Amino acid sequence: MRCDDSLSNVLTIDLSRRSSTLERREDLFETGLGGAGVGIRLLAENVPTGADPMGPENAVVFTVGPLTALYPMASKTVAMFKSPHTGNLGESHAGGRSAIAIRLAGLGAIVLKGTSATPIYLVIEGHTVHFRDASALWGMENASTPGRVIREREGGAGVRTILRIGRAGERLVSYATVTTETYRHFGRLGLGAVFGAKKVKGLLVAGADRIPAPERKVYRALYDRLYREATQSPLMRKYHDLGTAGNVLPLNALGALPVRNLQAGSLEGVERISGEGLAANFLGRRLACAHCPVACIHIAALRTPYQDEPYFYKTQMISYDHEPIYSLASLLGIVDPAAFLRLLNRVEGMGMDCMSAGVILAWATEAMEKGLITEKDTGGLRLAWGDGDVYQEAVWRIVEDGGDFYRTLAQGLAHTVTRYGGEDFALVFAGNEMAGYHTGPFTHLGFLLGARHSHLDNAGYALDQKTKPGQLPTPSEAIHTLLQEERWRQVLSSLAVCFFARGLYTPEVVAEALDSVGFPLSVAQLESLGARTYALKYAFKLREGFRFENLRFPERILQTPTFLGPLSLQYLEQAVAAAKAEIEEAVAGLTLSS
Amino acid sequence: MSRLEVVDTERCTGCQLCMFACARRQGIAGLDASCIGVRSAGGMSRGFVVVVCRACADPPCARVCPVEALAIRPEGGIRLSREKCIGCGNCRQACTIGCVYWDRVQGKPNICIYCGFCAGFCPHGVLRLENKGETCNAL
Repeated sequence: MRCDDSLSNVLTIDLSRRSSTLERREDLFETGLGGAGVGIRLLAENVPTGADPMGPENAVVFTVGPLTALYPMASKTVAMFKSPHTGNLGESHAGGRSAIAIRLAGLGAIVLKGTSATPIYLVIEGHTVHFRDASALWGMENASTPGRVIREREGGAGVRTILRIGRAGERLVSYATVTTETYRHFGRLGLGAVFGAKKVKGLLVAGADRIPAPERKVYRALYDRLYREATQSPLMRKYHDLGTAGNVLPLNALGALPVRNLQAGSLEGVERISGEGLAANFLGRRLACAHCPVACIHIAALRTPYQDEPYFYKTQMISYDHEPIYSLASLLGIVDPAAFLRLLNRVEGMGMDCMSAGVILAWATEAMEKGLITEKDTGGLRLAWGDGDVYQEAVWRIVEDGGDFYRTLAQGLAHTVTRYGGEDFALVFAGNEMAGYHTGPFTHLGFLLGARHSHLDNAGYALDQKTKPGQLPTPSEAIHTLLQEERWRQVLSSLAVCFFARGLYTPEVVAEALDSVGFPLSVAQLESLGARTYALKYAFKLREGFRFENLRFPERILQTPTFLGPLSLQYLEQAVAAAKAEIEEAVAGLTLSS
Repeated sequence: MSRLEVVDTERCTGCQLCMFACARRQGIAGLDASCIGVRSAGGMSRGFVVVVCRACADPPCARVCPVEALAIRPEGGIRLSREKCIGCGNCRQACTIGCVYWDRVQGKPNICIYCGFCAGFCPHGVLRLENKGETCNAL
């Protein structure tokens, strides 16, 4: 690492004492690079074994990486925390302007510790921290309003990012998100609830520093090549044109789009909520994260008439992707795009993870059909496939305490089935709700075994789609491929490069880019660094009580066939056993401080 | 004559690649040295504002410079002489559209040189170097 680089600055903020300290931690960045690699080490340092995720002993770590602000698409911030949703490792990535602002504030990592006694928002300008009163922002109905207030109230030179929570975070819904720049999220695993428990409504970071530039010729040549590939090669076109919503029709054609709580894999009328359908009728704007030429963020303009006065309309700008289309449309049997967008807007406004919210609502609908819950539980709501208005109301009640049933839903589906049953059709993997791919065995193995239980951990759905029916690899071959992918992704998330740019940032390109910023590492060294970070994440998980023996596949995934045929539980369980052996071997003898 | 034209801000996605490009052209990483700015028009949902020197025919910034560090180009716009500049900041206050940026390290303005380097990194056709001046490729 270059000795003049501010990347190794770690700003630790003690919310209980309202104080902060700045430390240079070259040791961490030299071994972990940044992002996930540094994040897991800082998390292990700062969170004691068995910490209560909602207690002051939990910490939130934000990290950026050595390529941030230097090369395109290296604009992700990695958040690490102990998850209140799974009670174990929490890791979530978001872009927007967050990473650039943190890096240009002269920081590589921010750690939030302790708990504030009263609602606050934090302002980080360079290395200075201000603790601002947020009493007036607490309880605001829509998560974007506090963001606007903070934006208008605060100065700060250079690039700014504003992270904030909605009501779901304040009310400790275990799958609440932290939103940045209105449309990007630290989703999954409940970072929003950790903010809520710490009474942190928002976090503004403003940065205007210079950072050391690589040698001019080398820098220009590599930058130009990456830019050219990002804008002209077919690698990024999928994200550029329709965005991830372009997945909907192909998945539907494969029978891989979860419909009505995965009772089916394709949906009549799906064209209306597809990337093509939404682009034709609703796409109103495209946005990009800072320093990304792709602009994958697709914003729908939804015009809705007011009922009480003619010729009065409101126009809402709502960001959509494949995942919300899956979770808040197809999974709930919704094909009316306006109904979907209104429901998505409600979930966004509340600041909840859309995937978890949709999976929970889908389970509740089927549970109602099966008589496990009644209108007595739901306070009179009749949850029914396709009825977006009722789902909107249910979301409201989950957050705003609509009674015992909704309080239970607010703690996630794994918790809910312990009270109400219906485990066989609960689409939950190791405590996290399913993502939008029923492509075959590997997507589900990926959800269950990924360190974050995220579809992006190892992209099992991609391995499924490369597999031909009747030609499954052996369970241990499949596991080897999935784990290899996940280990490499630790390198990308340590840089921290967007996973959508993984085709551009090949191992050779990563080595070249890192060399230009003072990390001369071979591809083999990078791979071993990724493997180490991955093992550390699992070491943390095992420390916090994760056990392979407790892993279960939802029965529902076995009932609805995939294009590779019906899934075999025996095959899946053999694969889990293979993963257990491979991961436990990697973790053996490892201490979390290494 | 060369001048940077903002063709259509509605196409701007807020990626700020132009800002990074401007700084990079000067051999600097980060955004501190950029002579072009992109900011949201009151929240991301409303799109963006691109603020860059429009090469006025009678530039107010040059009129208030006490040391003639801002020379008016015959075709409009200005050239900054860093040697003459005393960093008083008058130009920054005089620019009606706020496109005199500030180099906090040197305490002097960052003034667009109409090279068009940024336009070469605008992926969505927001920026264009108008009228065939010499594009900046001697960098």
